[in-house]
Amino acid sequence: MCDHCGCGHPHDHSHEHNHNHDHSHEHSHNHGDGHDHAHAHAPSEPMRTIDVRKSAMAQNQRHADQNRGWFRAKGLTAFNLLSSPGAGKTALLEATLKHLLPHAAAIVGDLQTENDAIRLRASGAQAVQITTGATCHLDAHMVLHALEKITTDGLKFLFIENVGNLVCPASYDLGEHRRVVLLSVTEGEDKPLKYPVIFHHADLVLITKCDLAEAVGFQREDALKNIRQVAPRAKILELSVKTGAGMDAWFAWLAG
Amino acid sequence: MHELSLMNNLLTDAIAAANGAPLRALKVRVGPLSGVVIESLQFAFDALTPGTPAEGARLDIEETAPLFHCPHCQTSYTTPVGNYQCPACLATDGELRGGCELDLISIEVPDHV
Ligand SMILES: Nc1nc2c(ncn2[C@@H]2O[C@H](COP(=O)(O)OP(=O)(O)OP(=O)(O)O)[C@@H](O)[C@H]2O)c(=O)[nH]1
Ligand SMILES: [Mg+2]
Ligand SMILES: [Zn+2]
Repeated sequence: MCDHCGCGHPHDHSHEHNHNHDHSHEHSHNHGDGHDHAHAHAPSEPMRTIDVRKSAMAQNQRHADQNRGWFRAKGLTAFNLLSSPGAGKTALLEATLKHLLPHAAAIVGDLQTENDAIRLRASGAQAVQITTGATCHLDAHMVLHALEKITTDGLKFLFIENVGNLVCPASYDLGEHRRVVLLSVTEGEDKPLKYPVIFHHADLVLITKCDLAEAVGFQREDALKNIRQVAPRAKILELSVKTGAGMDAWFAWLAG
Repeated sequence: MHELSLMNNLLTDAIAAANGAPLRALKVRVGPLSGVVIESLQFAFDALTPGTPAEGARLDIEETAPLFHCPHCQTSYTTPVGNYQCPACLATDGELRGGCELDLISIEVPDHV
């Protein structure tokens, strides 16, 4: 069923990458085994240490590399969109797909329902839904299989809407060229400080729903300062899908 | 709870490396930008190991700090998460060189096996 990604062979580790990190570590601590075990071993038992040096992300990395190769072969630029639930990813993509028609398509991940894909298809573009069930993020393997359903003729942009979650999706490279993290004005200026990891990996931070900024007392300067603190290399844009303000700068960034 | 599937990957590698021997300890290195919660990793370890060769093994977790390289003054530096300034020239656009890792470094098995 899956001959090109190896998912039918979960025990095959023959081509995993070995990552070697030689930098110093500041603090090391020991989370001991906090449970009893039936076959308690003597503390004096002679031990042998075996070096392994394998990344838990090795398999995802391999699939992400495959996706990257696919994007390159098809001449596509891929964007991974991340945010908390409801920050406006689908609304932004509805407008964006419409604008870029017929050169854009989307893959969208949710725990349940096809709702977002149905909304996105109404723009006239292809949209493939991934329902992850209990999984709180997309991984490269899920995307690899969703790509099989995309017709790439004339396509230049592929958007991947991740599961609404500011924690888990940060860990998974999907093979994308650019990471976009959305922060809506309604969710608080200190979100970047609370979830620094996801913001740190962003190429672009989009402040969304700016039409609501005044109503919710959004402290723009604080938000900008917090984003710059945790994502010093990211570009920042502000927009409202509802009024269309700031959309041109977003389209220009996509094209650049 | 993506820690469950990540811990499963680490355990699969550890058990394969042990080559039939019972595992006494696993040493795992966790970068602060890996997006992994250490408590959840320990929880996943406790949930997944019973009935496997890693049952009763010790999980040693080593946390790293984000490692940067400054493109302006060529300083390499580590920082706490959320403060990425170069200590030498105060630039904030350092290039991330480490801190995203979640690696199984080594395992311990009884010497007589
Ligand atoms: N006022 C206003 N509302 C917006 C804007 N963008 C999105 N919304 C509303 O915010 C709500 C959530 O938007 P979605 O696009 O579904 O958010 P999402 O990030 O895709 O949500 P999940 O996929 O569930 O994580 C909807 O009711 C949208 O109409 C905007 O620019 N202004
Ligand atoms: Mg959505
Ligand atoms: Zn410097």
